[in-house]
Amino acid sequence: MLSNLIQAVFLGGYYAMVACGLSFMFSVMRIINLAHGSLAILSAYLLYVLAQKFNINPFLGLLIVVPVMATLGWILQRYLLDRSAKGGELLPVLTTFGIAIVLDNLMFQRFGADTRSLAPYIGDLSWASYALPGGLFVGKLQILVLMTVIVVIGALQLFLKKTQLGRSIRATAMDPDTAGLVGIDAKRATAAATAIAMATVALAGAFLGMRATFEPYSGTPQLLAAFEATVIGGIGSLWGTLAGGIILAIAQTLGASVHPQGFLLGGHLAFLIVLFFRLHRNRDAILTWLRVRTA
Amino acid sequence: MTGAFVVERWTTASRIGFLVIAFAIVVLVAAPIVLKAGTLDRLTALFIYVMLAAMWNALAGYGGLVSIGQQLFFGLGAYFTVRLADAGLNPFASTIAAALIVAGIAWAMSHFMLQLRGGEFAIGMWVLSELTHLLVNLDRLVQGETGTSLISMNVYDPDNRRIAIYLLAFGIMVALLGALYALLRSKSGAAIQAIRDNEVAATSVGVDVLKTKRILFVLAAFGIGLAGALWLCSALTFQPKTYFSVQWTAYMIFMVLVGGIGKFEGAILGALLFFTIETWFGGTGVWYLIGLGLAAVVFSLFFPKGIWGAIEQRFGITLLPIGYRLKIIGGAE
Repeated sequence: MLSNLIQAVFLGGYYAMVACGLSFMFSVMRIINLAHGSLAILSAYLLYVLAQKFNINPFLGLLIVVPVMATLGWILQRYLLDRSAKGGELLPVLTTFGIAIVLDNLMFQRFGADTRSLAPYIGDLSWASYALPGGLFVGKLQILVLMTVIVVIGALQLFLKKTQLGRSIRATAMDPDTAGLVGIDAKRATAAATAIAMATVALAGAFLGMRATFEPYSGTPQLLAAFEATVIGGIGSLWGTLAGGIILAIAQTLGASVHPQGFLLGGHLAFLIVLFFRLHRNRDAILTWLRVRTA
Repeated sequence: MTGAFVVERWTTASRIGFLVIAFAIVVLVAAPIVLKAGTLDRLTALFIYVMLAAMWNALAGYGGLVSIGQQLFFGLGAYFTVRLADAGLNPFASTIAAALIVAGIAWAMSHFMLQLRGGEFAIGMWVLSELTHLLVNLDRLVQGETGTSLISMNVYDPDNRRIAIYLLAFGIMVALLGALYALLRSKSGAAIQAIRDNEVAATSVGVDVLKTKRILFVLAAFGIGLAGALWLCSALTFQPKTYFSVQWTAYMIFMVLVGGIGKFEGAILGALLFFTIETWFGGTGVWYLIGLGLAAVVFSLFFPKGIWGAIEQRFGITLLPIGYRLKIIGGAE
């Protein structure tokens, strides 16, 4: 059981890695990015091509893929999302939904339905593990993922707090019009934020490919897990997203121990329970609820 | 202002529109006499798309409730139809009964879900849908992803069955659209549109926001449940994965936003467009989907109000008016 719990924490770290870009974009731009999962899969394929065709180790490949994805994010925000966000909160949903469909099917067209993995290109890292006292084993890759996500979230927090660009991103998130009044270029701030989010997506895609297999349509389950982690952790909080990912993974592990098909069920239930409790901790919500009950 | 005025609820265009609709209804009811089996099946699919689009539009366009989990009700509608038919109920009666059960479930669900805001509601619905999908898979009758079929349909002759399903789908579509239209033109309709425009302001003038949203939520669930049940009648096989697929909601979003969100005519137009694209390009598989995705991106960027929004803005036409127009007669204007 303890071993399962430890595995769950590491899995939670991976979920947080996938979710932190989504959470970041959602809290800064209020954009529900339905293409998030597909973009992670795209990064995984890019690394796969680099490894297979050019013999580039996926870790070195990240030196290429991270900037590529960041640039893509910049372009995405500047030329697509900024424009559609002007029409309200809903339109970016349509835009990113369209992008997701286009990406998924282009990848299918190019790579077919075969599942791929980056595991063969990273030596023994995908299965090597450290033995801990008490007969516990912890995978090296899992430790790397968890450490990376902690570093990424820490860096993002520092960046938002301490740098000029980070402060202008936060100001734009709070109130784009007023931010404009004090001389902040909102377009630049949001484009930079999306570029950063896409850089984390590149890392998420890399880890996805290293720890498991993927195919062109793998994006949707990733997207859902990312959403769950984000909402469980509380929208707008990056450390919360990490906690959310871990809670999600623990609930899934518990679910799996109850019933063979309980892995996903457990996660979904945890998501709903967390939402329910958060609502009812809020007094207004309780009052409305009571009013509805007695009405 | 000294001029007298009258409140108009109909326009000349809308009167003509109604005549056209009445004519179309007569033609479509009589259509099975001349149309081939394949065409009837396609038209049945079109009616189902119209239902889906109109219901998602009611929810998001009027109620401001953006859900990416409406496949929940689509899947449940089909599931309960299979379940009831398996228990011995007539398959056609099962579709209606199933949709009523779905509406009941939605009513119970609304007490919790309608408390959620924006993104939490949207994603919460998706999670609920995935959860329900997994639970349905646990049913012995469904046998996980293997699925099952609506076997009791076999007692009907295929040609008669096809016509019956066509007419049932058409009747239900007209009834749903009629009900929605009546709702939007009623006093609740004014409340609904007030909520769409500004929820806080609506509350301040005494609109019961929660109750109004609940009406829309349950109606949408009922309509989408019916759509799922009808799809099953037409397709006969029930595989949970196909029915609980997020694609259904994706199609709804596409139809509504491309047609024109918050416009009664827009959803119908969007469904027609989606149907046409599917009919022409559906055979091209992957490229069809890529085209659909590109269309979604292009529309969100260049026609944010959808096709109908653009038409209305440009020409000032309203075919199915739900609002009130003040027309000033005489006096100083």
